[in-house]
Amino acid sequence: MTDSKTFSPLDLDTPEKPYLDANELVINMGPQHPATHGVLRVILRLDGEKVLGLECVIGYLHRGVEKIAENRTYTMFNPYVDRMDYVAAVSNGLGYCEAVEKLLNVEAPPRAQYIRVILTELNRIASHQLWLGTHALDIGAITPLFYTFRDREEILKIFEKYCGARLTTHAFRIGGLQYETYNGFEQDVKNFISFFKPKIDEYEELLTTNRIWLERTKGVGVISGKDCIALGVTGPVLRASGVKWDIRKAQPYANYKNFEFEIPTGASGDTYDRYMVRMIEMRQSVRILEQAVAGIPEGPIMAKVPKVMKPPVGEVYHSIEAPKGELGYFIVSDGSTQPYRVRVRPPSFVNLQALDLMCRGQLVADVIAVIGTLDIVLGEVDR
Amino acid sequence: MVAKFKREYGSGIEPLTYVGQNYMVVDRSLIPEILQRLRDEEQFDYCVDLTAVHYPKREKQFDVVWVLYSFSRNERMRVKTQIADGESLSSSVSIWPTTNWLEREVFDMFGIKFDGHPDLKRILLPEGWKGYPLRKDYNILQQDSEWVQINLGIESGQ
Repeated sequence: MTDSKTFSPLDLDTPEKPYLDANELVINMGPQHPATHGVLRVILRLDGEKVLGLECVIGYLHRGVEKIAENRTYTMFNPYVDRMDYVAAVSNGLGYCEAVEKLLNVEAPPRAQYIRVILTELNRIASHQLWLGTHALDIGAITPLFYTFRDREEILKIFEKYCGARLTTHAFRIGGLQYETYNGFEQDVKNFISFFKPKIDEYEELLTTNRIWLERTKGVGVISGKDCIALGVTGPVLRASGVKWDIRKAQPYANYKNFEFEIPTGASGDTYDRYMVRMIEMRQSVRILEQAVAGIPEGPIMAKVPKVMKPPVGEVYHSIEAPKGELGYFIVSDGSTQPYRVRVRPPSFVNLQALDLMCRGQLVADVIAVIGTLDIVLGEVDR
Repeated sequence: MVAKFKREYGSGIEPLTYVGQNYMVVDRSLIPEILQRLRDEEQFDYCVDLTAVHYPKREKQFDVVWVLYSFSRNERMRVKTQIADGESLSSSVSIWPTTNWLEREVFDMFGIKFDGHPDLKRILLPEGWKGYPLRKDYNILQQDSEWVQINLGIESGQ
């Protein structure tokens, strides 16, 4: 850690100077603020336009997901996880189903694994598209929003045709899948791949060498790889700071070990690097999709799981690489039909903690850019 | 690594494995030392998660669990300890700064105190809320109705 003072809390109650003489100004951003992506409240301490420090106030969207889990059966809790990171509901479901499968000692059949990977990667692209559109909009570029939402629609259509829902999909079941793919699913995914490849170039044409975009993102919100690890920051933010770590490669789950793809990394850990990392990730997701859709095996889509699930007494921690970082589930079973404890390790919650460090010394306008680049979803932060 | 710790600390550490995942149950008094050594000597430089589990019928009511990961070893490890209601643990913010919010959440949800935490206060629930929702004796429909009436001006939040 570079500076131990960095993590000391803000002492907001006892200003050193009386208010009117003070150079320091404390202002409140949110919770109703269009650029905080939900109900995030940030208390900023400013010197003119420079940020001296900030404190996040969260919990406005707290629904007690972990408490609900203890009062539902394993199957009943499955749809609730979609409501945490609601723009990447498929990833949430994958993590939860795999964690319970580990407890039950079952494995989803190969066909289910392939379809899971396809839907999860489609969701990763959709999540990154939503991030790109809103992040660029916050910084002042309006066009990417229309482009990304237009193209995200194609993914949501595939979800809708597959399971009937667009956002909170509840696509997976413990042990595999409930639904067989519809006629033309593979063709739809192939069509999407050929449709989407030139679209990424379009996004990049708008932003990558755009002078305003460069000025607003280069050198903004810099965080080092060492600080990322100390603060538990994962996902594209960690990779943009030069740490080549992706759970899909480090500790492969589902059947990611069968696919070839690269892990992009950045060098300087600024907002521009995080943008580039996510753009390359979308291209890599397309690569995974191409391989997966070409190799879907025939076979069952559901493993043999008991109708009444009673995992043996024990505990398990399972994590996956969600679009935002490491999404982990810690589940304790007491041998009954209901989980004794479900703990969700949300990537957004932990990543948000780095906001203070990343914003110090920046301008107020950059706070907006940094919140956008962290790619937080408040449903997951507050659970 | 675990064998080395076991030799040194004897009955204070119980290494276990379940579904291929390693964890160790550590005596509460050894926790600060073990966590520090896991990071400094064994390269567990990333604290993934910190959480607790409530067992109201036990004498030591809480399990506190640290989920750790080491980048250089590509290995996960869980450290678990048991504490009684009212007992506190020493904060590990100086070891892993990420535990700042995680410890606040455990305090918020279970009422477990961490000594030496720079700013231990509720994080998800509002300041002044009474009760710790993830304890087993806290009913799922229960709420701090007094807080709701005063602060929201409504009879009940349900």
